Amino acid sequence: MKRREWIAALGFLSPWLIGFAVFTAWPIVYSAYLSLTDYDVINDATFVGWSNYQELFADPKVSLALANTLFFTVVQVPLYVIVSLALALLLNRAGRASGFFRTVFFLPKMTPPVAVGFLFLLLFNGQNGLINGGLAAVGIDGPSWTTDPAWVKPGLVIMSLWTVGSSVLILLAALRGVPEELYESATLDGAGAWRRFASVTLPMISPAVFFIVVVNTIAGLQTFDEAYTAFFGAGNSTYSNDAALFYVIYLFQQAFEFLHMGYASAMAWVLFIVIMAITAVQMILSKRLVHYEGAAS
Amino acid sequence: MRSSRGAFPFLTTIAVIGLASTGCAIGTGDSADDADVEYDPEATLDGELSVMGFSGVDEVATSRMDLAEQELGDGVDVQLIEGELDLQQFLSTVATGDPPDLVYANRDQIGSLAARDAILPLSRCIEGEGIDTSQFVESALAQVTLEGEVYGIPEFNVVQLTMANADLLAAAGLTIDDVNGSDWEAMSAANEALTKQGATGLEVIGIDSKLPEFFPLWAKAAGVDLISEDGREANLDDPEAVRALEWAVSIYDAQGGFADVKAYRDSADFFGEGNQFATGVLGAMPMEQWYLNVLADVSPDAPLAFDVVRDLQGEPIAYASGSAWAIPSGAENPEAACRWARAMTSLDAWEAAAQARLELREQEGKPFTGILTGNAEADELVRGMVTSGGEPWDAGVEAMYEANEHTFSLPANPADAEFEQAMQDAVNAVLTGEAEPADALADAQETAQQALDEAWERVEAEE
Repeated sequence: MKRREWIAALGFLSPWLIGFAVFTAWPIVYSAYLSLTDYDVINDATFVGWSNYQELFADPKVSLALANTLFFTVVQVPLYVIVSLALALLLNRAGRASGFFRTVFFLPKMTPPVAVGFLFLLLFNGQNGLINGGLAAVGIDGPSWTTDPAWVKPGLVIMSLWTVGSSVLILLAALRGVPEELYESATLDGAGAWRRFASVTLPMISPAVFFIVVVNTIAGLQTFDEAYTAFFGAGNSTYSNDAALFYVIYLFQQAFEFLHMGYASAMAWVLFIVIMAITAVQMILSKRLVHYEGAAS
Repeated sequence: MRSSRGAFPFLTTIAVIGLASTGCAIGTGDSADDADVEYDPEATLDGELSVMGFSGVDEVATSRMDLAEQELGDGVDVQLIEGELDLQQFLSTVATGDPPDLVYANRDQIGSLAARDAILPLSRCIEGEGIDTSQFVESALAQVTLEGEVYGIPEFNVVQLTMANADLLAAAGLTIDDVNGSDWEAMSAANEALTKQGATGLEVIGIDSKLPEFFPLWAKAAGVDLISEDGREANLDDPEAVRALEWAVSIYDAQGGFADVKAYRDSADFFGEGNQFATGVLGAMPMEQWYLNVLADVSPDAPLAFDVVRDLQGEPIAYASGSAWAIPSGAENPEAACRWARAMTSLDAWEAAAQARLELREQEGKPFTGILTGNAEADELVRGMVTSGGEPWDAGVEAMYEANEHTFSLPANPADAEFEQAMQDAVNAVLTGEAEPADALADAQETAQQALDEAWERVEAEE
């Protein structure tokens, strides 16, 4: 590429590059530095070496928050994929009504997370909530979803399914991309419905499923909005249920309530490493489990 | 290779922009003061006065603002940065050297802000503008005083009253004295008598001891200050504090546990006609005085009974909170800020506010139930303007003023957020059955004391 073309290209890219440098790249680098300091926003940062990390590994609330977050992610991601896939399969057979249902399923995704948090408290109220009302109708005595620590996370997992709409659309697109002749061949070979699903559908949509798994795992490990609104936000700030203390919520408390910016930055880097490690494992597993059409086997 | 060299200066420029912009976020490190500022009530002021955290939405605010703007004169342009004070936003403005001239904060935030040199000590402002601090409610002033220096001009006072459903009390053969906190055994018995369980669960909450937020109230009722007067020593594991927590939690346990009570409480129409007292689903609870006005407005015929909350000696007691005006370090117009704070909390301002509210209430055909100003003399003045709403509301107002004379607060300290979090975590752990009161408070004591020690160490290192 000629020098003038380089300059022209950089000129066109510069708005994004400057934005990236100022608002993403440099804050990332700077947070790495802050993680080695004691910094309260207003006074100069004091270099403390690795002590934030040492303190972090000894902090029982970090362990608690991490355990809560991992539990949420491990339960939520498979459930999210299963529900998304089930709805996508149904939509795939919905014919002319498909467009209407696609819109309906996607609408909840447009709801602000704060509203979802409040909705959670209303729907899952142990005494008068709609969920327990429904369970009571079939003879089940529902739990105290919002106040019993054992049921807080399962409740939040169920509530998170509220936003499966976008994943449903991705999976629906993948399902529609499966060549019809593969099903015809399988049928001619005597494959039943389950066999066709397991041997044709799943492998063919596995890249889309993998994408949803990776993205939702990262989102799950960064869960914040709904749980914060429901258990730590205005009106509930005094009832900060430990069962809903997710990692990013504790990070937020350290940064913006206690102004321990150095400690919070160290927490952010630990989370980054955890996410990176989990994503790396998923990428390695994907080589065995994900089928890319046309890729060398 | 030529292309790469061409990109280098460009990328360097971008990196410099990044460095320069984040340089703005680095702390100032220097503590600004107001040594050169002349506070003089007679001086003519000018410039802009930016106020953060104050919205001025009701007649109590606007009537005082009118008076404050008069005192500032035409030369001062008041700019409100509305909404509740966002601590991080405020500290960022201080760190970048562009703070507002005045902030309106919760009083329990003042200690931390002062310890970080984010706000100025107000001794020169108080002396210069002639603010009479002896007028302020003692506990309110204590909450904004760190190491003997006043850092905030307090206003408003929030106190608790015992609120009860008189019909439910009468039906159970009880009186308000049985649920006002003066005798915990009697209160536990009253709780059991008032509680009603039905086929679908709790139908009447006997007593709501309002945990975790009112734990300091119950601890003080047992004679315990959860933090020492100088803000240095936590006292969360005091045996009497443990006893207070055990008892307050037992109130929920007797009704099936906190989870059931909270779920039932959350399902109520707290601010509407279907509130717990109007619908007869709550026997009694301690609650802030503002709720009296809510109840009088939305359910004037509800069978209420009021008293102060009492300690175990039968004396009135209230855990006070409120707001305060503070001048940020580096404020460009501290003279105007100080005069605004004085004017907004003056006797004239409170009289104007009370008059404005009185007139509004008369237009609405409702009684004026008073305002707790944080200024004891203003409270007396306003109390004289209160109009009768008949019983039980007059008894409620009477209890409110009595409670206002018997307040305590958690003293200012440099780790107030961490202290409160440790305390609430302990209470929540007990409420959810994850820990016993003694263990939870012992853990909280360790966490809170460590936070206090570290915060005080930082304060002393900066001195």
